[in-house]
Amino acid sequence: MKHNRYLKKDFKDIKSPGDHDRRDFLKYLGGGIAVAFTVGGPELLAQRRAPSDFNGYLLIEETGNVKCFTGKIEMGQGVITSLAQMLADELDVSLDTVEMIMGDTDLCPWDMGTFGSMSTRFFGPPLRAAGAEARATLIELASKELQVPKAQLTTRNGVIYDTNNENNSISYAEIAKGKKIAKIFDEKVPVKSPRELTISGSEILRTDAYDKVTGLAKYAGDIQLPGMLHARILRPPSHDSKLIDVDLSPVKDIVGIEIVEEDDLIAVLHESPDVAAEAVDMIKADYETPESPVNEKTIFEHLLKVAPEGETVASDGNLETGIKESNIIIEKEYLDGYVAHAPMEPHTATATIENNKAIVWASTQTPFRVKDEVADALDFPSENVRVKPAFVGGGFGGKSVNHQAVEAARLAKLTGKPVQVAWTREEEFFYDSYRPAGVVKIKSGLTKSGKLKLWDYGVFCVGARGSQQFYDFPHHVTRVHGPGWSGSSSSHPFAVGAWRAPANNTNSFARESQIDIMAHEAGIGPLEFRLMNLKDKKMIKVLETIGEKFGQTDKLPEDHGFGLACGIDAGTYVALMAEVRVNKGTGEVEVKKVVCVQDMGHVVNPEGAKLQIEGCITMGLGYTLSEDIQFEGGKIYTSNFDTYELPKFSWLPKIESVFIEAKNDPPQGGGEPAIICMGAVVANAIFNASGARLLQLPMTPERVIEALELLS
Amino acid sequence: MDTILQFELNGKPAEFSLDREYTLLWVLRSHFGLTGTKYGCGIGYCGSCTVLIDKVPVRSCMVPVSDIEGKQVLTIEGLAANGKPHLIQEAFIKHDALQCGYCTPGMILTAYGLLDKNPEPSYDEIIEGMEDNLCRCGSHLRVVMAIQTAAEELKGGKKL
Repeated sequence: MKHNRYLKKDFKDIKSPGDHDRRDFLKYLGGGIAVAFTVGGPELLAQRRAPSDFNGYLLIEETGNVKCFTGKIEMGQGVITSLAQMLADELDVSLDTVEMIMGDTDLCPWDMGTFGSMSTRFFGPPLRAAGAEARATLIELASKELQVPKAQLTTRNGVIYDTNNENNSISYAEIAKGKKIAKIFDEKVPVKSPRELTISGSEILRTDAYDKVTGLAKYAGDIQLPGMLHARILRPPSHDSKLIDVDLSPVKDIVGIEIVEEDDLIAVLHESPDVAAEAVDMIKADYETPESPVNEKTIFEHLLKVAPEGETVASDGNLETGIKESNIIIEKEYLDGYVAHAPMEPHTATATIENNKAIVWASTQTPFRVKDEVADALDFPSENVRVKPAFVGGGFGGKSVNHQAVEAARLAKLTGKPVQVAWTREEEFFYDSYRPAGVVKIKSGLTKSGKLKLWDYGVFCVGARGSQQFYDFPHHVTRVHGPGWSGSSSSHPFAVGAWRAPANNTNSFARESQIDIMAHEAGIGPLEFRLMNLKDKKMIKVLETIGEKFGQTDKLPEDHGFGLACGIDAGTYVALMAEVRVNKGTGEVEVKKVVCVQDMGHVVNPEGAKLQIEGCITMGLGYTLSEDIQFEGGKIYTSNFDTYELPKFSWLPKIESVFIEAKNDPPQGGGEPAIICMGAVVANAIFNASGARLLQLPMTPERVIEALELLS
Repeated sequence: MDTILQFELNGKPAEFSLDREYTLLWVLRSHFGLTGTKYGCGIGYCGSCTVLIDKVPVRSCMVPVSDIEGKQVLTIEGLAANGKPHLIQEAFIKHDALQCGYCTPGMILTAYGLLDKNPEPSYDEIIEGMEDNLCRCGSHLRVVMAIQTAAEELKGGKKL
């Protein structure tokens, strides 16, 4: 049962870097001028094992082209563009001369992975600093070549000019020619001030768009190697099934079939994916599957039963005093089901072994983790595994787990041929590390005049992110019961993991619904109520702005309502306002309009950031209204898109995105924040439209009808 | 003996030796190396595998390859002419109508079919025409804008 070892890996198991020698990385790169840099950031250093060496570098090649090597990957979030922009700005080169080399474990220095809206936040600043350092080095070299003092030189579009005589100039290419300079970034050269930036902050379209619209972009499954076999693996009907007996004889006579049996890995492989698919269905396998009473309805009771003791993550004042000072006490329990990542590209990997070296293309958010996992599985030294870059067809946290890559590598080793493992949609749903289901219990209190007094908050089996409230409660406690997404899945019947803004969707749904209920009890509008109970200046600014932008809300048509919700994620402050229409006959909810205001510090690529907000809002409609894993024990019933409903074109609301001008602040996360408020903003709008208060996600038509019936 | 299937693929004559039935999606990807056509669900539900057969968008994961005998098949690779993006592709680039890009070929070819049938679609007709193509990143808004722009181009006299 060796395989299970890999299933249990979590972030803590990532090995430290060390494949690159600190000083001689330039030998991998050929000639030119290179600057290596280290990614820091207090959050990163505190939470995870920090890299002990550099983890990014840039190279000015002898042609004058610039390459940036990073272990980060592009999965649709747009860092391939925004990181290139930042670098181009500091170096004073045009964007099209910058090439991003991403996620190649032989060429790029170690990186923990692409998640947590961290690429721009933590990778961006040192990347810019390295760019500034490279530019300073170029100026220094040019000063000698041109015989002009450094202060008299300026850079523009890859050329260094003498400011007294612009005919006296030298290009980066000319300077880099014949050089072999490797520097480690030492933070001495200042980066440009925000107003000197010409590329960052302007609206630039994605640099990968052409390849993606023409079909040229290569994803892991698009790697087609000569003699490659497509593998289909025998899967159990349930996560807790035990294989009793297997009969492979029905497939033995298929021409060209290869059969692999090793420990728990039983697979059939063929040059044709069609034949492999048919063959796996012909295998006769008997399983023993225990009965389990836990399903999507009883799970909440189960989780409350098995949840560990709470850990207090924030507290102040005294809860008893808070109760005494409150005129109104409200106690509610919020429920949230399991949600799948469901990226359009299922987990896929192509692997080949050449001269005892495994080469793997994988749809992954964590290429260096894949490298370690594959090396472990094959019993190869780490340097004999190379993960090569591929575009990733959506991740949302789900592609931090890479069983498919280990499967492909094992099968490549066992068959001696290149192998592709492309999970079917059913496999993708079955083996996904879901956003955990969970419960939030809140007891809160306020005075008659609407002043908040008491906040007693417990979140069960979800996780801590977003659990800490930011309102002005004199008496409050926040308890987190169990690590939720980030821990072992012992509380949950199957694997759970990071899902776009992990834990924050559930926590923000509960908090912002409860705040709304209190505002209603106090008879005060939701915006005014929040503003009168906040001290955080950033949040106040974000809320005031959304109030102005959303416009008039009191003349809504019949059955329409509006809602408000706000939150903090990945350093970004976000508020959403939404207008919905509730069909009281069918229970269907239509989200007509969503306005999002974000303070995300310096917005590096406003177009990309807007796209991320629109993505968050559209994707967020799913967990808000329809997405819910149906299961019984370890059996998953929602196995494809016909039973698990993703947001569709007809669900599309009008969307408006607004950024708070904060050019002097460091950039914050942009890929996740706007999604955290979707549950609450729609729940609050449904209440405003119909009087029905929904306390469980998703808010399906049945649940809306149920809540409406409670009113009569 | 194998049957030789003859059809047109991206404007050129093509052949495929048929020793048994295969799925068009997998033949395009593994035999012809046209990997722009993506697998998404295998049940014809998500639209990632959309190709045009005689200009009509179809789900290639549901098409037996023998069905294409004598027909014209167009995949995303065949849409750009000599490296120059087709006007729908241009519009997708212009509006950033993609993120991870995995559903994009299917989106573009479905949009092609929509505009071929109805060169001046209303907003609602675009929504209806694209309804059965799924995108997880949430690029829907931009896809609609891209199709509106492509329709404008057609109105201005350009041809699909």
